[in-house]
Formats: sequence, C-alpha cells, structure tokens
Amino acid sequence: MPPEKVNIAQSTVPPISLRRRVTDRVMTGLSVLTVIIVLAPLFAIFAYLVYRGIGSIDWNFLTQTPKPVGEAGGGMANAIVGSLLILGVASLLGVPLGIGAGIYLAEYGRNRFGDAVRFTADVLNGVPSIVVGIVAYALVVLTEGHFSALAGGVALAIMMVPTISRTTEEMLLLVPRALREAAYGLGIPRWRTTLSITLRTATSGVITGIMLAFARVAGETAPLLFTAFGNQFWNLRVDQPTAALPLQIYVYGMSPYDDWHRQAWAGALVLIVLIVTAVTAVRLAVRRGTFGAA
Amino acid sequence: MPQPDMPAPQPVEAKKVSNFTAEGTQARPLVRFSNGESGDRIFKFAMVACGAAVLGMLLLIFYELVLRSGLSWHAFGLKFFVAHDWNPVSEHFGALPFVYGTLVSSFLALLIAVPLSVGVAVFTTEMCPGGLRAPLSFFVELLAAIPSVIYGLWGVFVLVPILRNYVEPFLARALGWTGFFEGPPYGISMLAAGIILAIMVIPIISSITREVLMVVPQHQREAALALGATRWEMIRVGVLRNARVGIMGAIILGLGRALGETMAVTMVIGNRPEIVKSLFAPGYTMASVLANEFTEATGDLYLSALIEIGLALFLVTIIVNALARLLVWTVTRGQPASTHAA
Repeated sequence: MPPEKVNIAQSTVPPISLRRRVTDRVMTGLSVLTVIIVLAPLFAIFAYLVYRGIGSIDWNFLTQTPKPVGEAGGGMANAIVGSLLILGVASLLGVPLGIGAGIYLAEYGRNRFGDAVRFTADVLNGVPSIVVGIVAYALVVLTEGHFSALAGGVALAIMMVPTISRTTEEMLLLVPRALREAAYGLGIPRWRTTLSITLRTATSGVITGIMLAFARVAGETAPLLFTAFGNQFWNLRVDQPTAALPLQIYVYGMSPYDDWHRQAWAGALVLIVLIVTAVTAVRLAVRRGTFGAA
Repeated sequence: MPQPDMPAPQPVEAKKVSNFTAEGTQARPLVRFSNGESGDRIFKFAMVACGAAVLGMLLLIFYELVLRSGLSWHAFGLKFFVAHDWNPVSEHFGALPFVYGTLVSSFLALLIAVPLSVGVAVFTTEMCPGGLRAPLSFFVELLAAIPSVIYGLWGVFVLVPILRNYVEPFLARALGWTGFFEGPPYGISMLAAGIILAIMVIPIISSITREVLMVVPQHQREAALALGATRWEMIRVGVLRNARVGIMGAIILGLGRALGETMAVTMVIGNRPEIVKSLFAPGYTMASVLANEFTEATGDLYLSALIEIGLALFLVTIIVNALARLLVWTVTRGQPASTHAA
C-alpha cells in the first residue's frame, strides 16, 4: 500500500521527505537485484549442464562400463546401476527406521524423551556427510575388511533417517484427531489405528518426505568415497565395492582427459534429471492437494 | 451424532470391557482383536526403539570418532590444532591449516550469502506479487537440490576460468593493496571455494529467513505503516528488527552447512595445506583433507589424525546446529524450521 495516499487525504501529516522516498526505492531495487544475483547461477548451472551433457549422452554411455585410461568411449552403466543398488540398500535400512521414529514422535513423543529425539534428528541433519562416511567406514568397512555397497548404503541411510522422521511426524500430526477417535470408538487397537488409519491417511505426505530424503542422498559423493569406493566393472553384490554415479562424476571431472570430462557432464545431467524429476513430482503432488489429510 | 443410550459407542473403553468379559460370557464385543493389548505394547516398544535409534545414531557417531581418534589425541593432545605442519612421511600432524581454511572459506561464504539471502527472503515475503512467490521459492529450493559434486564440476569448468581471466585480475588491480587479493590469479583458490559455498548456503539461509519473516505478526507491519513509514522503513523497523534472532539462527545454520561441505570445495580450493593471507592462494579445509587422504592413509597414526579432524568437524557442526535450532525454535515457537518447504 503506497503511503503517499494517506498524506493526500490528511494534510496534517508531514509529507514524506525525498530522502526517505529515495531510500525506499533504492532498497526495493536492491532486493530485486539480490533475487537476480541468486537466480543467475541456478540458470547458469542448468544451461551449462544441458549444453555439455546433452551432446555427451549416447547409447554407449548408458550401456557400457568405463574403458581403461586413455581409451575413448565407454560409459557409466555400471555406475548408474551401482547408484541404484546403494540407494536401494539405504532406503531398505533408512525408510522403515525413519517412519518408525516419525510415528514415535507423533504418537508417543509428547514428552522429554520425544523432545530429545526431535532435537537429535535436527542436529543429525546437520552432521557433515563426510563424517557420516567415516563412521560407516569404521562400522562396516573395518568389520568386513573391504569396501562394499552395504557400507555406502549404511552411510546414506544414516543421512535419510532425520529427514524422513521429521516429515513423517509433521504429516501424521496433520491427520485430524477425530479420525483416530473414530477408530478407537470402533474398538480398533491403537497400533492398528496408527498403521491402517493415521499412517494410511498421511501416505502421500510421508512419501513426500521419503522422496526429499532420497533426492538429498542420491547426489551425495563424500560419504561414498571410502565406503562404496567405486568400481570399474559391473557389480551387483552388496558386499563388494560398487561404482556410484556421483563418485564417477567426481573422478572423471578431476581427471586430465577431455573424453572423461565429457562423460562427467553426461553423468551430471543424468543425475540432475533423476533428482529434479523426483523433487518436481513431489512438488506437483503437493500442490494438487493429494496431501495427507489436509 | 450417536446418542449415549445406544450400545455401540461404548468401546471407547473397549480394553477395560474386554478384560471383564474374558471371564464372563455376556457382552462380548462384536469384533475381537485377540492381541489388541499385547499388540499395542509391542508396537509402542518398536516405535520407541526407532526413536531411540535416532538418539543412538548420534551417540554412535560420537563414540566411533572418539574411539578411532584416540591414538592421535594421545600423541599430539591439544597441540594438534595449533601445529601447522602436516607431514604424513615423518608422521607429524598439525591441523591448523585445515581449520584455517574451513573457517576462512565459510566466513567468506557467509559474507557473500547473508545479504543476498536476506534480500531474497525480504523480497519474497514483503514485496513480491502473489503469483511470483511460489515459483520463486521453488527456484531457490531447486538450488538446494543440486548435488555438491555438480557444483564442483561447474566450479572447475566455468567459475574458475571466469575468476582467473576476469575477476581476479580486476580485484588485484582495484583492491590489491589490502593484501587479500594479491599473487598470481590461478582461479583455483580460497576465493573460488567461498563463492561456491555461498551459492550452496543461500537456499538454506533464505528459506529459513523466509519462514522467520512469515511468523512476524501482521499488526507489526500495519502499525509501522499507520505511523507513516515507507515500505522499506516498515520492513526495517517492523519486520527485520522483530525477526533478528531467527535470522541469526538461519545464518548460523548456513554456517553449519558451509563448515561441513566437502565435494565442491575440494574440487575448487586447490588442496594445499598452507596459511596464506591472500584469497587468491589455494587452501585446504578439514572436510577436503578427509575426502582426499582418507583412503590413502597408510599407518594407524595417519588415519587416527584424520579421524580426529572428523571428530573436531563433528563437534563444531553439532554445537553450531544446536545453537541455530534453538534460536530458530524460540522464534517460530516450537514449530521446527525445515530446510525444505514440503
């Protein structure tokens, strides 16, 4: 609402000085400028990614394993599959635990211990991913004696749990109390109410949380450096070193070979398409209103 | 609405009723859940276990880090963090260059990111036309969804050449006398790390600042406008001043993220363990040294020293995050601020 109008109506109010009006305009201009500066790298990154990536993705890239150093060609098929394997392990471990913790927080967590868990989850969210990698290394790699997809999965699972548990909690709390009471009223035990009524109602919201956690860990490189380790060949075994897309992008991007740079950009494009698809799908689902009980 | 004289609504206390009917024969509930109570107990136990596991994870991380860094701690003690020679061959380890690199790159990032993030948050909450608000916050969130390694790749192939050819020569000419911008412009530098980090923490700081600004009561704005304030004065007096604790929390949360960021920084900072005043010189951070040297660490002391760096990083980020959460919580009154708007 432009304040000038007020002054026209009431002449007793002193007019707004030129200095104040100019300051107002300048600050408005500056904040528009910040938006432009912030969005510029976003578009720059996407444009460059598409520019370098599109030309580099071909059938070989998607179906072949890496060629030895110095030979052109080859692809990242094993890394794409390896990433899916590691993410599968991570989801298998992290999703049930995260949902369980979310149910605990929403249904039983209105006490001191619940607050402690809530706070821990938030703090855990901020632990650097490389530190989580060290711990997975100490727990799994040192015990097993070698790098493995399992170790990578454990590291990513630890990173998924806080996000999943906090969103699950938020979504369960959105479910109206009356729905729970109606279920109790029918003589349904509390555990079945929670699983088949409350959680069921909040399903799409909970899935949102899972997708967000998934998108976040899908691009993680640091915790995989010394857990999954990477692999030049096909591997589908959980107890063996495994290639992962972000790892491969890192190794190829830092290499001195042009052909590997090209493949790094192709890999980056594949990775970002995976992640942005997940995030956008979630966003659309949320806007369409298929959102919990709300 | 069911009337109280009907028999159906009674199972509100179904558990007690079924206890009685276990012996008697009358008034059996229509549907029987034979394991209702024990099921409840088992379920609750399982869920509490999941909750406790979250707590356990944090303790486990701490325990493992302390356990595995013991060797280095006994060998160097507190001197570890003030010594600045890092020599795996002679097994002398001092972490000061890494601590320095982490702090300088993070503060540089905040210096760039804070005004920009607050500006974006102010624009989205106070000035932006309604239709633009959702796409704008979506784009800023998209910035948070880009993986670290892709920022690194872009940094190496786009940002670093720009810095080397245009920005650094310009800064050297304009501000070289300060000593912060001197030496050969490699591109790969502390400055590059700071800029990449700034781009990465902007989404966090601005989305939380936005949440904090939105909980500032509407009447604060109206009061300022009613007193004849211009829009900027209203924002400064009515909004920003009320939200400063929460904005502080958002900034500290961004700091936490910057301190622990690994891949993008490792790719552009140059990885040289030296302490140089000029921002054009390569540096090294705590997270980068872990990423680069952990798998190559031969010898128990070397590995232990690296894990001690990890422990320090862990403790610092825990403290920083806890502080930030407390600040944000006090403002949004227990409504936890999430880094993603679901």
